[in-house]
Amino acid sequence: MTTELLTLVTYFVLAIFVGIEVISKVPTILHTPLMSGTNAIHGIILVGALIIAGSAQDPLGYVLGFVAVVLATTNVVGGFVVTDRMLEMFRGRKA
Amino acid sequence: MSRLLLQALYLVAAVLFIVGMKQLSSPRGARRGNWISAVGMVIALLTTVINLVLLHKFTAAGAVLAVIGVIIGGVVGTVGARRVRMTAMPQMVALFNGVGGGAAALVAVYELTYILGRHPSAAESFPSVFSIVIGGVSFAGSMVAFAKLQELMTGTPITYPGQQVVNGLIAAAILGFAFALIVIANVPLAFVSLLVLALVLGVAFVLPIGGADMPVVISLLNAFTGLAVAASGFILDNFALIVAGTLVGASGTLLTLLMSQAMGRSIANVLFAAVGTPVAGPAGAAGSEGKSVRAGQADDIGTMLAYSRRVIIVPGYGLAVAQAQHVVRELADLLEKKGVTVDYAIHPVAGRMPGHMNVLLAEANVPYEQLKEMDAINDEFKSTDVVLVVGANDVVNPAARNSPGSPIYGMPILNVDDAHNIVFLKRSMRPGFAGIDNELLYDPKTIMLFGDAKDSLTKLVAAVKAA
Repeated sequence: MTTELLTLVTYFVLAIFVGIEVISKVPTILHTPLMSGTNAIHGIILVGALIIAGSAQDPLGYVLGFVAVVLATTNVVGGFVVTDRMLEMFRGRKA
Repeated sequence: MSRLLLQALYLVAAVLFIVGMKQLSSPRGARRGNWISAVGMVIALLTTVINLVLLHKFTAAGAVLAVIGVIIGGVVGTVGARRVRMTAMPQMVALFNGVGGGAAALVAVYELTYILGRHPSAAESFPSVFSIVIGGVSFAGSMVAFAKLQELMTGTPITYPGQQVVNGLIAAAILGFAFALIVIANVPLAFVSLLVLALVLGVAFVLPIGGADMPVVISLLNAFTGLAVAASGFILDNFALIVAGTLVGASGTLLTLLMSQAMGRSIANVLFAAVGTPVAGPAGAAGSEGKSVRAGQADDIGTMLAYSRRVIIVPGYGLAVAQAQHVVRELADLLEKKGVTVDYAIHPVAGRMPGHMNVLLAEANVPYEQLKEMDAINDEFKSTDVVLVVGANDVVNPAARNSPGSPIYGMPILNVDDAHNIVFLKRSMRPGFAGIDNELLYDPKTIMLFGDAKDSLTKLVAAVKAA
């Protein structure tokens, strides 16, 4: 195993603990908005899709990259907008 | 852009994701939290694009395709998310999750075809293989979850003998191809088979799960997509993908467990027990035979409501389907004016997703103080004159308490049966989403008001006014 790979593994392991810790106190009523909000965050795969689409050299790369960009953008944009719509409904509450 | 600056900006984005998620899990800052995450996303994306441009990594054709792709995805995402009705939000989340998983799988497919030519090490090919499998399962599984909730297909579990064995064999075949790819590397068509099998497994895995359990499944697949994205981060050596993907993978796993806990079930029970199969157990069938239900008139029920001291409204999915949240509020306001104390009892999993009822009633501007969580109100039913159950069923079914054979046995329920009178607003005697009969419908204290929830409530409003 190289040092570079170990660095990546380190990010991975630490992020697991942060991910668990950060939502551990979520109340039931926020389960769905939280699911939807984190759903938008994994739309960051758009970063990967852009890297592929932008640097593709062959037809296969163009097709895969293009479709991946469309899907990932839908995930990001739709995810954030739909979460905002859900949470908009919670406004006006005096909690 | 120097690698240092790139990493620093990715770090900023990662911190914003974490802060955003933290805020999302508290009622006060939830909406702001979502926007904080979105800002993190914009930073990560702009950083990536600027970096690629500065390094001349964009081919002209690639750049055009990327721009067109972003525009199409942006329009589809915005229109989809804006147009969707509140009742259809769970399946919309499934859809957005699925396409994310699909994108992760495609990115991995491209990388794998690219690196296979030069005999990659196992450490290089493992993340691609992982991402293809998990992303593929997430994509296909989410599409089935969408179809079930959108009622494009039946919401009841689809089962056949030996199903778990077949699913196990598919999984074993996937492991075999994955092993071949990672260890022997260039196996012709292995990765195509892998992708196809992953899609098949995604479908096969969700088919036997009932519609009522879909939120838990979507949450699990959400965690899957997160992990697939993290794996893509390993392929592309990208900090932002690893951290964001892992955050979602870890929190999504915990959230899945919390959700099944809220239903009083284990995650294994949700995923493999095919709960919701409409096979009436011997007890259930015998229990309903020969018993009669009391169907009431709106006028009589209206009078009863108007002369009560305390009324509790139990909303369920039927309320959402009928879009009756505004009428129910009108009825509650009217009763309050007549001096009746009105509260809403919210079961954690009423509707099709946790929090569904809160969202709907908040839309109708029901005061937050009137929404009572299950633990807070369960002891108050015995001093309640009338409980109005609007389109709910399983969450008030005493079978969860009394009959150990029932699929919902052990689920915490609202103690509606303690009240003096129970009024069910239901379209028919059809069982609830879990597919089991409800003893309470035959209780002598119970009056049924058949019909669409909105129509029935409108009639009740008129009746209360006249009383």
